[in-house]
Amino acid sequence: MTVPNAEASFGLTEVEAGPAASTPGRGRVVRALLAKPQVVAAAGFLVLLVLLAVLAPVLTAIEGSGPNAFHSGAVDSDLGGMPIGAFGGVSGAHWFGVEPQTGRDIFARIVYGAQVSLTISLATTAVTTVVGVVLGTVAGYFGGVVDTVISRLMDILMAFPALIFMIAILSALPDGNRTLLLICVLSVFGWPYIARVIRGQTMSLRQREFVEAARVSGARLRHQLFAEVLPNLRGTIIVLATMAAPGYIGTEAALSFLGVGVVPPTPSWGQMIAASVNWFTVDPTYFLIPGAFLFLTVMSFIVIGDHAQKVLDGREA
Amino acid sequence: MGRELVVDDARVTYSVAGRGQLNAVDGVSFTLEPGTVLGLVGESGCGKSTLARALCGLTPLSGGGIRFGDKPVAPMRLSRREPELLRVQMVFQNPYASLNPRRRIGKQLEDARRIHPGQAPTVGELLDEVELPRSTAAGFPYQFSGGQRQRIAIARAMATGPEVLIGDEPIASLDASLQSKVAQLMRRVALDSGAALLFISHDLAIVRTIADRVLVMSAGKIVESGPTQRVWQQPEHPYTKRLLGAIPAVDGLGRIPLVEPR
Repeated sequence: MTVPNAEASFGLTEVEAGPAASTPGRGRVVRALLAKPQVVAAAGFLVLLVLLAVLAPVLTAIEGSGPNAFHSGAVDSDLGGMPIGAFGGVSGAHWFGVEPQTGRDIFARIVYGAQVSLTISLATTAVTTVVGVVLGTVAGYFGGVVDTVISRLMDILMAFPALIFMIAILSALPDGNRTLLLICVLSVFGWPYIARVIRGQTMSLRQREFVEAARVSGARLRHQLFAEVLPNLRGTIIVLATMAAPGYIGTEAALSFLGVGVVPPTPSWGQMIAASVNWFTVDPTYFLIPGAFLFLTVMSFIVIGDHAQKVLDGREA
Repeated sequence: MGRELVVDDARVTYSVAGRGQLNAVDGVSFTLEPGTVLGLVGESGCGKSTLARALCGLTPLSGGGIRFGDKPVAPMRLSRREPELLRVQMVFQNPYASLNPRRRIGKQLEDARRIHPGQAPTVGELLDEVELPRSTAAGFPYQFSGGQRQRIAIARAMATGPEVLIGDEPIASLDASLQSKVAQLMRRVALDSGAALLFISHDLAIVRTIADRVLVMSAGKIVESGPTQRVWQQPEHPYTKRLLGAIPAVDGLGRIPLVEPR
């Protein structure tokens, strides 16, 4: 973008061509991101994963096994329940093989597990982002007592040994709707990490001249917050949310691994990894498949978040 | 139309960590009459900007008072400014900071138009007024140069239908070729609409070309005031003399500005 600086000509051509061609809107950021192959690959994987999760019933119907159907014919009971066939029993009927002993179809469990992982991580990200942005902006903009109260609450939550507390509370609570319960518990401990950054940025935006100028020209509080401050936080919010999502996927898997997250029969990647540990030496495929899905999902989010940060930072400088 | 802005013994005190109290504005009194241009000159750090901020309520006074018509100027809170005080508007020093980088120029002008008490000029008319093409409205601030942004900032202040326009060093961050142009523009748009203008600058040479009266400020106090021509030709206060002596003159003799001995 050529910045017109010839005052005498008022940079007429640039100004006229400018707004349509190069607004700092969503389009430009997305285009800059899609120019990078690693971002395209990461986004492609996440799209694929969402499709797998959404189309789980259709895909399992095509393959022919549900996530909880036992296939005793696919395991060899003489060998302690080892899957029959190479690579953990990979075949036309069982695309990713079967579980040892039970013979449950791994592909079906992966796609249904993706539903759980994505639901929990995306819902938690949404809740923590909304709560974090609202409380962070309020604390940063109003300051004073409001800020003190919100900041102390954040300090307490962040100083808390969250994982230990989550393990304790989740094992104590009855098995109701585990997914909803996980979203709530993860959100309670997750929002301060977003709010803290937003608060700091709001405090500095509040001192900027354009916010003062808006106040001088009679902007209402609502306008000051939503029209002046919030649009300038957009980049930060996008990056924070993208970076938070993989953390929740990992935490959900960790809790399920420890047996306090999603409980059977609901499939979950964390549970699968936990169960596969005992079979690692004889049936590595059983471990590798959920492990690879978990790794690639977290990795994809991080790659996108990292590059989004670079693109947005470069633009805001 | 037009109410006067009366400043009566205004004081602003900052506490500076480890150095006690700083009287940024130390008992300033003056009256800004409707339809006139008042220049306020003084060196950097003499309290000019603090005074400007106090006039529109951004900085609270620690003593004295400011009155607009018969309305006292109260410090601004987070809620909307009092409607009557909205008639006092300001053009900030740095046009790179005073426009929201994320909003189109047109939107920012629209916001300002909304508080105009009568029939606000359209965005197009406002841009005509500050000699910018109407297509400017569709752009974002980063697409414009400093001079263009300052014109946009002036248009925004004028959109609100001000009775008093305060320019807080509006030309300080512009390059020399533009300073006089933008200063003249401010005088013209302010007076055309019947508003009074308080023009703050450290550049006496430019203030001289647009102001009817001048105030000379030093260390928080007004040390001299009077009609521009008189102050220019017969400065009374030694500080004013030094300030005038510091202006480079193009007299063909290669004279350099007076440098005071330290």
